[in-house]
Amino acid sequence: MKNEKPVISLKGVNKWYGDFQALKDINLEINPKEKIVICGPSGSGKSTLIRCLNRLEAHQEGQIHVTGNELHERMQGVDIVRQDIGMVFQSFNLFPHLTVLENCMAGPNWVRGIDKNEAKERALSMLKHVKIPEQADKYPEQLSGGQQQRVAIARSLCMQPKVMLFDEPTSALDPEMVSEVLDTMIDLANSGMTMICVTHEMGFARQVADRIIFMDGGEIVEQNTPEEFFNNPQNDRTKNFLNQILS
Amino acid sequence: MFVDTVIEDKALHKPVFLIGLSIAVLIFFFVLNFTNTLFGEFLRPVIGEPEQSGFFGRFTVSFVLTILFVLNLFVISFFKLKVQILIVWIQLLFLFLAFAYSFDLKMSFIQNRIWLMISRGLFTTIYISAVSIVIASVIAIVGAIAKLSNNGFAYAIASFYTSLFRGLPLLLQLFLIYKGLPQLGFVVDAVPAAITALSLCYGAYMTEIFRAGIQSIPRGQWEASRALGFKFSLTMRKIILPQSIPIIIPPTGNQFIAMLKDSSLASVLGVWELMYLARTLGQRDFRHMEMLITAAMIYWILTIVLEIIQARIEKKYQQKT
Repeated sequence: MKNEKPVISLKGVNKWYGDFQALKDINLEINPKEKIVICGPSGSGKSTLIRCLNRLEAHQEGQIHVTGNELHERMQGVDIVRQDIGMVFQSFNLFPHLTVLENCMAGPNWVRGIDKNEAKERALSMLKHVKIPEQADKYPEQLSGGQQQRVAIARSLCMQPKVMLFDEPTSALDPEMVSEVLDTMIDLANSGMTMICVTHEMGFARQVADRIIFMDGGEIVEQNTPEEFFNNPQNDRTKNFLNQILS
Repeated sequence: MFVDTVIEDKALHKPVFLIGLSIAVLIFFFVLNFTNTLFGEFLRPVIGEPEQSGFFGRFTVSFVLTILFVLNLFVISFFKLKVQILIVWIQLLFLFLAFAYSFDLKMSFIQNRIWLMISRGLFTTIYISAVSIVIASVIAIVGAIAKLSNNGFAYAIASFYTSLFRGLPLLLQLFLIYKGLPQLGFVVDAVPAAITALSLCYGAYMTEIFRAGIQSIPRGQWEASRALGFKFSLTMRKIILPQSIPIIIPPTGNQFIAMLKDSSLASVLGVWELMYLARTLGQRDFRHMEMLITAAMIYWILTIVLEIIQARIEKKYQQKT
């Protein structure tokens, strides 16, 4: 796996909101099929980092390469690059005026140029994957939070992305719905998808992650395999965070 | 409004309020003095010749009116809400009709001309308003997107446009277009001039409505669209505007109702719409009130119809989302 070209690479990335530095000298390479979990206290820059990876946010310094394209202010065809990067949001962001099925068909049909029948077939099979094919004709607001998030995952997968980004996908859910979304994500991980997840679900991280990245104050403090990260954290800030979150 | 779960006593069932209200109403009727009207005639057996009844007559008339008025309210207060609303509506309508009737209208005069008012006047009014609201909506979409864009030219032109056309009286805009354009070599007829002025003026107001509607869509919808690789125009057409429409429709319906009546300004250009016919048809025979009240009723009924249609459309969109 070491010889493969990384899907995502960041070199010396800095980002400011006004005077506040949100990201400090981020260097990171993510290989195909790798599963990364990013964790850290709130305000540590982890959401900002993941949102920079499909340029929902702009970085000011350094280079970000995604699927072979550099993301920058004057880039051409950012929409083409984004088509290959799926993103799941904390607040689902389903399209409320479209049915579940239409939500899933929208991307392939409108921007990938796939005809309606094929898009529908693909949408239905993805909904089967996330285990809610029977909800296809409902509107998002008729579903529970967990179901909505699974539709959001299916919607992204219908684009057949090369990378999936998850921005705190379970934070807005009622506790009893967290596991159904995590199960979907574990299935996805087992299928070989490249995944980058910002999450506080440490059980998920332990089970799925190839690498856990701990961020604090806008910088990457520590990154390691799950075993090393949980059993033998190096940095004091990491130890502190793990104490709080696991106690 | 959000009603509380605890019911207070009705004000009308409290003696203090009843007495206070009665005194206030009594003073009101006394000041207005209904002695020399129909009411005085009715009370002739009690007060004698109304003209000479003096303070006693004036007080008696006011007193009887007050009793009738307060008793009416008191009785109504025992009905259910919907019945109350209906009764009060009917009573107010009756008062308005009595007011109209008091002008000693000649019904045959109205009957002879009402068909022309409807076939020509009402038709022209609806035609001008409907065409204008369609054009204004198109202007409003373009204007709203321009005002929300990062393009300096687009923003400057759109904001200049809304500032100018919201800043001038509609009547003035009508004259500027109708009398000004011919001086520049473009001769415009009265109807196109009226449609142009109404479209531009209401387009400016509606630009703000559409802008607010577009802005009210949460940022997450833009982000989800972008993350899927949608370009701006696709996001706008398929995601943002469809969700804005239910928000935009109620105020747009309001604008249409307002425009319907502002189209009466076109009468100053000699357009044969409702208002123009109302003013001119009665002029020759000095029967102004007949035609004016007829026009008033037509405008009113038309507005009620539009309000009902608006409520239907709103309901439909509420169900869908």
